Amino acid sequence: MSNKVNPYGSAPTHHMLSVLVQNRPGVLARVASLFARRGYNIFSLAVAPTEQDDFSRITIVVDVESAPLEQIVKQLFKLIEVVRISELSPSQAVERELMVATVRASAKERGDVVELTNVFEGKILSVGADAVIVSLDGSPEKLDDFAELLRQYGIIESQRTGRVALPKLDRVVKTSTSKGKAS
Amino acid sequence: MTSNRKSNNHKEGEKITGAQALIRGLEMENVEVMFGLPGGCILPAYDPLIESSIRHILVRHEQGAGHMAEGYAHVTGRPGVAMVTSGPAATNMVTPLCDAYMDSIPMVAITGQVGTSAIGTDAFQECDTVGITRSITKHNDLVMSAEDLPMAIRQAFHIATTGRPGPVLIDVPKDVLQNTMSWNWPSQDEVEDSLPGYKPNTKGHARMIKEAAHLILRAEKPILYVGGGVLKARAASALRELAEMLQIPVVTTLMARGAFPDNHPLCLGMPGMHGTATAITAMQKSDLLIALGARFDDRVTGRVNSFAPEAKIIHVDIDPAEQGKVRKPDVPIVGDCRLVIEAMIEALRDLLQGGEKQADLTTWRSRVSGWREQFPLAYEPSEPGEALKPQFCLEKLRDAAPEGTILVSGVGQHQMWSSQYWNFNEPYTWVNSGGLGTMGFSIPAAIGAKVGRPDKTVWAIDGDGCFQMTAQELVTASLERIPIKVGILNNSYLGMVRQWQEMFYEERYSEVYLSPDLPDFVKWAEAMGCVGIRVDDPSEVESAIDRANSINDRPVVVDFRVDAREKVFPMVAAGQSNDDVLLPPMQSSRREFLR
Repeated sequence: MSNKVNPYGSAPTHHMLSVLVQNRPGVLARVASLFARRGYNIFSLAVAPTEQDDFSRITIVVDVESAPLEQIVKQLFKLIEVVRISELSPSQAVERELMVATVRASAKERGDVVELTNVFEGKILSVGADAVIVSLDGSPEKLDDFAELLRQYGIIESQRTGRVALPKLDRVVKTSTSKGKAS
Repeated sequence: MTSNRKSNNHKEGEKITGAQALIRGLEMENVEVMFGLPGGCILPAYDPLIESSIRHILVRHEQGAGHMAEGYAHVTGRPGVAMVTSGPAATNMVTPLCDAYMDSIPMVAITGQVGTSAIGTDAFQECDTVGITRSITKHNDLVMSAEDLPMAIRQAFHIATTGRPGPVLIDVPKDVLQNTMSWNWPSQDEVEDSLPGYKPNTKGHARMIKEAAHLILRAEKPILYVGGGVLKARAASALRELAEMLQIPVVTTLMARGAFPDNHPLCLGMPGMHGTATAITAMQKSDLLIALGARFDDRVTGRVNSFAPEAKIIHVDIDPAEQGKVRKPDVPIVGDCRLVIEAMIEALRDLLQGGEKQADLTTWRSRVSGWREQFPLAYEPSEPGEALKPQFCLEKLRDAAPEGTILVSGVGQHQMWSSQYWNFNEPYTWVNSGGLGTMGFSIPAAIGAKVGRPDKTVWAIDGDGCFQMTAQELVTASLERIPIKVGILNNSYLGMVRQWQEMFYEERYSEVYLSPDLPDFVKWAEAMGCVGIRVDDPSEVESAIDRANSINDRPVVVDFRVDAREKVFPMVAAGQSNDDVLLPPMQSSRREFLR
């Protein structure tokens, strides 16, 4: 790994795919093995059931340095259990991610860490003798900034969930009720 | 769909075992024959098979079952079915599944699995079949309940035979076969509803088709680049209509041989690494490639960035992922080749009737026929007393073949010579392993082809290397009375590898010499219940072939002892440009005519 200053933010080669799949055993393995087999890189991945029990949504951030996005999408869509794929551009989507981190904080520094966490509207989940566990949810960039500032105290371990996202809503009231057929 | 043809006289809700449901399901899908070998976990399914209308062909190795199913599917267009047990049997099925996936062959494989409670415990003959075959099947499914079997079977046949065809595997644990279920047979609608993510697009986009028609009429140097998808779509007659309507020359790839008749004046033969100089060059110089069910394989394009540099591309393929995978098309059309070609013909007619004129192709056609005259397939015939030439054997086999003979090959030099020297004038008369390049394919595939088309003569052309990989299936052929004919072009080498070592490794031959005498192919053939014939001299070729063609009650193996030094030409070396095609030695002085 190169020591990128901003490892989780939106690199220009990163694209976000929201993949609706049938909720069946092995479907995640299918998606993951397709990426491995075709030499595509997954940057982050989040998966969970949707509002409908039969379907799950996988949010994948792909690194398209390895292959054109169009080819990745088409190969993904060949999987029988993949129902729909939408590419979400950061400007047209709401993205969220959660991070929990154990941060070194002696009694002397604890106040600083708590204050920093409050500035970011994060939470303190656990307090130990010389460390605290903090959590923060928000946009990936915000998490990057927070992690960067925590580093001066020492991050003992941290875990991020990977991005989840949905498309932004229309702000214009639709005048017509007729909708085009989804292709 | 075919499944509704057989009236369901089985009562809905009738209590039967999973095994009975499996076999009944296969009958409902109109399976007439299946290839397989029983073992521990699949045992329950072999019991109801005794009463079934399905003919089961007992193979000697599970790989054979898979390739037989492929051969059957190749010639009939119907899905081939193979059934084997778990663990090693399933792993032996891996090669045929991958082969079928690469060549888009409709196939359904059923594998036994350890009982549901033993899954994941490293039980005897357990392996992660679904995991192992995930990337080499169109779809696969581990069925965890007997109730789910009918739907799994319906889905498997539906997926294998629609869209871009391919292999589907159903993994069935032993207790699922043993458990009782209440019989149900899902309707076509229920099957489609169960697969919300699977809706292959068969009808091409009308605007794209019209755009393609415009391009075709304007092209001055068009070529129809025909791939295996044309055969899968049963589009041969539509293709012929299109080619003849506008007099556009046609090349047929290794997977498409026979899709357009070789004896047709517009046919330029096969393109690619060992294609005809005319087909290769015509594509290079073309200003419009109309790719139909072809996937711009590296064996066809040579070095991609110098492939057909001036050509615009119309790419018709049912698989959207093929569009732009290798070469960006100017007009992509996703759809079934037959439907798209038919719509294209309509669009062209409309344009022509509307007064649009086709560009004059006279110059192009005379250039192409000039190449054809200058660069026919050629080899140096042997003088009396000299070693037998493999190409000569193929010419004699071709000339003596009864009409409609099906030719099946393994992989290597003999495969390329077969494709080059045979005349494929009918579709579905050529069966080979194109994408995966599976040595040992021909014997079992030929058996499957003969089972599918018992009315036709089936010749398997094999190499001595290939033959030794799967020859044991000739025992199956003898016992099941499947009288295929086998011609071994025995040059005592792994010939294609030898050719590369000669040409690209300074004749440093490494591990390619087999032996002309070991095994004794005639004795081996006889031991397997076949007639064995040895041919050493060119003068014996015709009589041996006549004898082989006259035997129809058992398989025949003809061991042609051929010249090991013979190489396949023309040749585009791997990674090189198609402009640098290597011609046979006697034509190399004429190179400048290829401009």
